[in-house]
Amino acid sequence: MTNKRYGANFIYRQSFIELDARERATALFDAGTARELLGPFDRVESPWLAMQGVTPQEDDGCVVMKGKIAGQASVVVALEGAFQGGSMGEVSGEKMTAALDLAYADSKKGTPTSAVILLETGGVRLQEANLGLAAIAELMGSVLLLRKHAPVICLTAGTVGCFGGMSLVAGLASYVVMTREARLGLNGPEVIEQENGIDEFDSSDHALVWAIDGGEQRYATGLVDALVEDDTPQVVEAIRKFVEKGAPAVHRSSQVDLYRSRIGALDTSRQWDPKELRTLWTAKSATEGKQ
Amino acid sequence: MSEFTGVRGTVWFRALTGQSSPMPGDPKSVLTSDALIGKEQGLFLCVVPDPHGRFPCARHGEVGLEEAYTLATRIRQLIDESKDTIKRPIVAIVDAKSQAYGRREETAAIFLAAAAAADAYGSARLAGHPVITLVVGQALSGGFLIHGYQANRILAFDDGGVMIHAMHKEAAARVTQRSVAELEKLGKKIVPMSYDIRDYAKLGLLYKLLHVENPEKPSVEDVQKVKDELVEAIADARSGPHDLRNRLESKGALEMRKGSLLVRSKLEAQWAEK
Amino acid sequence: MEQIELNYPAKRKIPKRAHVGVVGSGDMEVLLEPGEDMVAHVFIRTSVDGFGASWKAVLDRFFAKYDGAARIQINDAGERPASPNCAWSKRWR
Repeated sequence: MTNKRYGANFIYRQSFIELDARERATALFDAGTARELLGPFDRVESPWLAMQGVTPQEDDGCVVMKGKIAGQASVVVALEGAFQGGSMGEVSGEKMTAALDLAYADSKKGTPTSAVILLETGGVRLQEANLGLAAIAELMGSVLLLRKHAPVICLTAGTVGCFGGMSLVAGLASYVVMTREARLGLNGPEVIEQENGIDEFDSSDHALVWAIDGGEQRYATGLVDALVEDDTPQVVEAIRKFVEKGAPAVHRSSQVDLYRSRIGALDTSRQWDPKELRTLWTAKSATEGKQ
Repeated sequence: MSEFTGVRGTVWFRALTGQSSPMPGDPKSVLTSDALIGKEQGLFLCVVPDPHGRFPCARHGEVGLEEAYTLATRIRQLIDESKDTIKRPIVAIVDAKSQAYGRREETAAIFLAAAAAADAYGSARLAGHPVITLVVGQALSGGFLIHGYQANRILAFDDGGVMIHAMHKEAAARVTQRSVAELEKLGKKIVPMSYDIRDYAKLGLLYKLLHVENPEKPSVEDVQKVKDELVEAIADARSGPHDLRNRLESKGALEMRKGSLLVRSKLEAQWAEK
Repeated sequence: MEQIELNYPAKRKIPKRAHVGVVGSGDMEVLLEPGEDMVAHVFIRTSVDGFGASWKAVLDRFFAKYDGAARIQINDAGERPASPNCAWSKRWR
């Protein structure tokens, strides 16, 4: 396996992770169809950062692009992980929600418009606290509306990963795509260590972090729909397939009986090796839920 | 004053429903009851501390795996029962410390449990059930996203023990490398960062700020007043659309969320361009 | 946060606008647009105060060779003293 990793495929791969948000969004579209909305030259930035001595970014760390993916109308909203950790502020949050609402309006008028959300984020931007949290709640409301008509696809490739309130957006998605390098969880390891001590979670134990939050674990436990290499063509192909597939009849977050019984079956008297859940929660059984 | 005591949820659940227990088979941390509100039967839900809960990190009023899936179960039950009948109101009583912070929680994908509860609340709202949130204590972060923030209308007490925020003060101070005092001072200048519920009310997300004489030990008058306000909020929710657009159409939004409104109008204009 | 404004004489119009970069550690966002007059106007917003002289030194050197009439905005969150030089050379092409 080591030889395979360092073979020609690895050397000649085009890293998706090394791309910034704008480059990632552009890569997903059919050639020549992408158009950015509210780009940097529109200068719609955060109203709250400069007054705190924090330099704003002209797109507030959120890129919105409209175009076609696999020939179908799509919108991509991409968070820039390098700006304020991809955190949600008033403007970046509203860009995402309004984009999904416009996709929903088009879908209702007869043009199903998929949404692809690129999540590199730690959640709420503390400098905007309550407006960031409210933005996440509103975005979640808009995901619920759109996903009935067109797929809402979440992609987390790393290095920031998807944490905090935005992990609930991934939870509501029609499909989730991750790389091995990426992580997905509600609370980051540092926060857990802070709140409940190093025995609860040693955040410096990288193997533990990826064993729990990493793309491979999330995929192997049926929580994520595709695991891709950090290779742009592979990422693009995975997204295209889900756009073509269309919205599923039942979403993961609606399979309450299934997941409630899985939680009920866990022996909470001890910590578990995350690999134990791979056998208990296989991807196959995720489609057996009611509703 | 702003310390989480974990009693207000139970107090108000009992005051509004006459009950204080979970449904049979449910964990003790989720109180559910049908109760009369106005002239109809509402479904009341509340997350409370359970010191003997199965999950060690969810015993003190945190919203964890069991709490999220139990809420989702009870709400979905109501949605299913109401397919061809009148859509009964759902009232979320909120005084929760936060989401649960634990290794078990992350391993067992609490992010999905959280989404499942929010999905249930949001789906109920979209199906036509008036969903009303009553914040009687703390509503923080992921806990509030799970239990309360998908409501049509949000009410909160005008009281020092009520707090709506993205992160509690001590943790926020640590993360932003400031003192708690500095954070509080910053909140005076930057309204969305404030921990004061009166500042939160300026943002236009709250339907009403309610004054009750004693939030910890409500009088008969207090309880009647809150019931009347809930009935009014239910009627108001029924009179409007099922999505969350009212949050951007409020007086507070017009004053304090100009950035959001600008984004929405510009994005709409550019979307339509060829 | 500091705002720095610098102006340099220009000799030619520039055809189109350009954007690069991210307001992040060791990086900066640069927006370049055609200017109306024969001057290059540079507006810098930086969250690190006190490096005005460093910025001027870097940009003086640059505009000694660059003669486009442009409005250039720089949004910077530099954290290291050398950052104006590093980030600027990284982003200018």
